[in-house]
Amino acid sequence: MIKKIGNLNKNKIISRRLFVLVAAKIGLLGIVTSRLYNLQISEKQKYEVLSDKNRIREWKTPPQRGIITDFFNNIIADNQRVYQVHLSLEEVSNFNNSIFKLKNIIGLKEDEIKKIYENKEKSKPWDTLIISENLSWNEFSKLNLYLHELDGAKPVLATSRYYPYSNDLVHVVGYVGDATTQDIQNKKKIEENFVPGLKVGKIGIENSKDTDLIGNHGTKRYEVNASGKKISEISYNKETQGENLRATIDLEIQQLAQELLKNQAGSICVMDIYTGEVITMASSPTYDPNKFTHGISTKDWNEIKNNKLRPLLNKSLAGLYSPGSTIKPLVALAALEYGIIDTKFKVNCKGHDHPYELYGERYHCWKKNGHGLMSMRNAIKQSCDIYFYEVARLLGVDKLSLIAKRYGLGSKVLEDFFSEEKKGIVPSTKWKKQVLEQSWYLGETVITGIGQGYIQTTPLQLCLMTAQLANGGYKIKPNLIYDKEIDLDSIKSKIESEKNKSVSQNILKDREFKYYERLYRNPNNLKLVLDAMYGSTNEQFGTSFRSRHKEDKYKFAGKTGTSQVKRITDQDRELDLDLDEIEYKSRDHALFIAFAPYDKPRYSLSVLIEHGGSGSKAAAPLANKLIKKILDRHELREKIRKDLKNIA
Amino acid sequence: MILSTSLNSTSYSFFDKLKAVDYFLIIIVAIIGSISVVSIYSTESGSFSFYTKNHLTRFLVFFSMFLVLSFVRVSFWYRQAYIFYILGTLLLLLVIFFGISASGSKRWINFFIMNLQPSELMKIAIIVCFARYYHRIQSSDIQSYKYLLQPIILLLIPCYLVITQPDLGTAILIAGSGLAIIWLAGLNLKYFIYSGLILLVSLPFVISFLKPYQKSRILTFFNPDRDPLGAGYQIIQSKIAIGSGGLLGKGFLQGTQSYLEFLPEKHTDFIFTLFSEEFGFVGSMVLILLYALLIYRIIRIGFSSRSFFAKLYCFGFASGLFLYIFVNIAMVTGLLPIVGAPLPIMSYGGSSMLSIMLGLSIVMSCKIYSRDPIGN
Repeated sequence: MIKKIGNLNKNKIISRRLFVLVAAKIGLLGIVTSRLYNLQISEKQKYEVLSDKNRIREWKTPPQRGIITDFFNNIIADNQRVYQVHLSLEEVSNFNNSIFKLKNIIGLKEDEIKKIYENKEKSKPWDTLIISENLSWNEFSKLNLYLHELDGAKPVLATSRYYPYSNDLVHVVGYVGDATTQDIQNKKKIEENFVPGLKVGKIGIENSKDTDLIGNHGTKRYEVNASGKKISEISYNKETQGENLRATIDLEIQQLAQELLKNQAGSICVMDIYTGEVITMASSPTYDPNKFTHGISTKDWNEIKNNKLRPLLNKSLAGLYSPGSTIKPLVALAALEYGIIDTKFKVNCKGHDHPYELYGERYHCWKKNGHGLMSMRNAIKQSCDIYFYEVARLLGVDKLSLIAKRYGLGSKVLEDFFSEEKKGIVPSTKWKKQVLEQSWYLGETVITGIGQGYIQTTPLQLCLMTAQLANGGYKIKPNLIYDKEIDLDSIKSKIESEKNKSVSQNILKDREFKYYERLYRNPNNLKLVLDAMYGSTNEQFGTSFRSRHKEDKYKFAGKTGTSQVKRITDQDRELDLDLDEIEYKSRDHALFIAFAPYDKPRYSLSVLIEHGGSGSKAAAPLANKLIKKILDRHELREKIRKDLKNIA
Repeated sequence: MILSTSLNSTSYSFFDKLKAVDYFLIIIVAIIGSISVVSIYSTESGSFSFYTKNHLTRFLVFFSMFLVLSFVRVSFWYRQAYIFYILGTLLLLLVIFFGISASGSKRWINFFIMNLQPSELMKIAIIVCFARYYHRIQSSDIQSYKYLLQPIILLLIPCYLVITQPDLGTAILIAGSGLAIIWLAGLNLKYFIYSGLILLVSLPFVISFLKPYQKSRILTFFNPDRDPLGAGYQIIQSKIAIGSGGLLGKGFLQGTQSYLEFLPEKHTDFIFTLFSEEFGFVGSMVLILLYALLIYRIIRIGFSSRSFFAKLYCFGFASGLFLYIFVNIAMVTGLLPIVGAPLPIMSYGGSSMLSIMLGLSIVMSCKIYSRDPIGN
C-alpha cells in the first residue's frame, strides 16, 4: 500500500518534471526557430551579399595605354606585343621549386629573383605573379617546351610600351615604369585601374597625361570555391584602351634638332608663335626610354646617371641659364615702352680701355676694341654691352623685371604639365629682399641689362619670349598636346581685334594678362626691336650675320647670347683664350633666339649649347639649318591643321 | 539468442505485437532518413558516390536493425542495463589504448566493418542505465546522499573518458541526457541550482584546462570575427549559408556555399546548414517539425508505459534526442560554440546512426511490451 502510494507519488513527480522539461524544450525550440527566422528572413539580404562575395571573385585585366603620335600622325609611343611568363600562385605546388626551374629555363638573374620574392610577399594567394615581362622568342619557345614541368606557369602574349624613336623624344614623351605606392596614392585613376604589372607614366607626356592614357581595366568575374580555384566565368567586362593623343611635336624637326645637338649638352625649342604649339623640344644628351619599360638594369642606369652632360635633365624646361644677350631686345623694349629712352638715344662704347664705370666698379663690353657710338638698333644688332648697361641703369631692374615677366620669363611655360619644369628667376628689388633678405645694388641692375647676374631662364621660356615678341606682342598659350580648341584663325582674329583697342594707362602696370591680350603700349617700339633683330642676322656686323639665309623665303631674325658661367677676371680678359684652351666647365653657354620667316613671322626658336662658347659661333648656325626645315614643312603642317579642323 | 529468450516468455501474440507497433514513429524516422540521404547526396554535388552510398547503406541496415530489435522485450534491456553501461565504459577505455586518431582526437575503435565511436553508444547506455537505477528507488529516498552520489559517479566516469578523447560535444550530450533522467526522477531542484552555481564559478578553471582549439572555439563563439579565416571560419560560413538560403532556399543541389566547399564538415555536423541553404526557412521548419513529432511520439509512448523504467527511458531518450538536435542547430546557427555534435539521423556517421536506432528500438520495445511487469 505504502509502495503503491509511493509509486503514485513517483509517477506524479515524473510527470511534473517532464512537464517542466517539455516546457523548456518548447522554449528552446522557440529560440532556434526565431534564430532561423532572423538569419533567413530578416537578414537574408546581408547573408546573400556575403554569399556572393564568397563565391564570386573579380580579376582585373590590364588596360592598354593610348597611343601617342606626333602632329603628323607618326606613332611616337606605341604598344608592342611582348612575350611574358606569369605564375598563377594558386596552382603552384612548390614556389621555390618553380622559380628554380624557371631560372634555369629562361635565365633569371639574381636581382630579378629577389624582386619576384618581394612581389610574392605582397601578393594574395590567388594572384598572378609576373615572372618575366619581356622574353625573347628563344626563351619563350624554350619555356613552352618545358611547360609541362612547370605547374602554374603561363606563357602570356601581352602588350607593352614601345618608343620607336627611342632617344629622340624621351624628354617630350617620357617613359613608363611600374606603378609605385606613391603613384597609386597620388593619382586616383591609377588607384582605380591598378592591376599587378600596370605601367604608369614616370615623366614627360606619359606622366602628365597618365589619366587619359591609362584607360580602364577590365573585370573578369569568376565563381570560385573555398580554396580560390576558378569554377566558371560569370561575366567579363572588357577593358578599354586609353585615349590616343596627338602631340604638337613635329617628329622630323625634333629628330633634326637632336641630331644637331649630338655629342653636346643643350636644348632646342621651336614654337608656333600664334597657336603656342611646341613643335620641337629637344634636349641633349638623351637616353633610351625603352630601357625603363621593364625596369632598367643597374649598369644602364649608372651609365645614364653618371654621364657628366646630365642626360636625365630636360634642359629645355628644367635647365636654368642666364639668358645673356638674348634678353637685350626685351631690355630695349622695356626702356622704350616706359619712355626712358627714345630711338635717338646713343651710348659710346670705347673698348676695354674705357669700360663702363659705376661707383668704382668697371663693366666691360665683350668687344675688346669697342663698338663706338651706338644707337638702339645697332646696339641690339651688334650686341653692345655698354649700351645696355646704361639703358638698364636708366630703366631700373623693377621695370625690366615687369616687362620680362610679361613676355614669359619667371614662370612655367607649360604651367603644371611637367612637374620638373622650373620657373627660373626674374630678379627685382622686392625679390631680393624677400628671397635673399638683402637690398638691391645698382651694379646688379647693370649686369641684369645684359642677362647676367641673378636672372635665370629656361630655353623654353626664351622661345616663348621670342614668340610673344614676334607675334606682335600678344600673350599665347603654349601647349604640347594638340588641342582643337586652340584654333589658328580665331586666335588671329582675336589678336586683330586687340590690336585696334585703345590702350589704357595701366598697360605698363604690373598685372595679369589674358591669353591673346596685347602686351605692349606702342606698336612702333616692338617693330623697332624686331627690326633690330632682323639687322642682327641679316646685316653686316650683326652677331648672327654668318648664319643668315640669303633666300627670301627662309629669312629670319635672331639674337645671339653668350652667357658667362663665371665672372670674367681682368686676367681672363688679358689672356683672351680660345674656346679649346678653356676648361669645359668654365666655357660660356651659347644661346640663340630667332623667329621666321621675317616678313610674316610664324615660328620662334631658341637654341642653347651648354659651354658651347659664343652664341654666334655655336648656337646661331644650328638655327640656320632648323629654320629651313621648319619652313619647308610649314605647308604640310598647315594642311594637317586644316584637315584636323574639318574632322572636328 | 536474444530473440529466442524474449519470445520464450510469451504472453503476447504475434498480432498483438504488430498491432502495438507505433507505425507513425517508424514513418517519421523513415522520412527523416530519406531527407538525410538526399542531403548527403547534395553534399556530393548530386553524384551517387562514396558518402551517399555509405550513408544509404547504413541507414537501411540500422533502420532494419531498429525494426528487428523493437521486438526484444523491454525487460531484457532492463536486466542488461548495467552490463550495457559497463560495456560502453570498457569500450571507452579501449579507445584509450587501441583507438584511432583523426584530426587531433582519439574517438574510434576499428571493428573491421565500421569504425565504432563508443561515446555515441554511451549516449544511449547512460539513459538505459539511469532508467534502471531510478526504477527501483523510492521517491522519498532520492534526496539521500547515497542515491545522490552514486549516479553522479556513474555519470562522471564516461564523461571524463569522453572529454579526454577529447570530445567536449559528446561529453556534454551524455551529461545532459543523464541529468535529464536525474531531474525526471525527482532530485530536489536546489541540487541543480547549487551545481549550476558551482559550475559557473569553476568555469574559468575548467576553461584553463581546455585544449587550445577548444578555447579558441569558445572565444570564437563570442566573437566569430576574431579570426575569420581560422577558428571563426566555420561559424561565419555556416551563418552565411543558412542566411543566404532565405525563405525557400537556393534549391536542391544549388547551395553555392556547400558545393563551392566554403562549408566545412558539411556531411557531418553541418548537414543542417546545407539542408537549410538549399531548402530555406520553410525546409528547416519542416525538418524541425518532423523532429518535434518524433520526440512527441516518444514521450507519448513513455506516458502509456506502466513501468518506471520505460517511462524514465522514453522521457530520458526524448530529452537526449532533443538535446542533440538543439545543440546541433544552435551550433550551426551561431547560438552555441562549435562543439562537435551530430544531428541525429541526418549526419553522416555510423556510430551516431547506430546509437539513435538502438535508442529508438528500445522505445519501440517499451511500446510493444508496455504491459510487461519489470524488475519483479
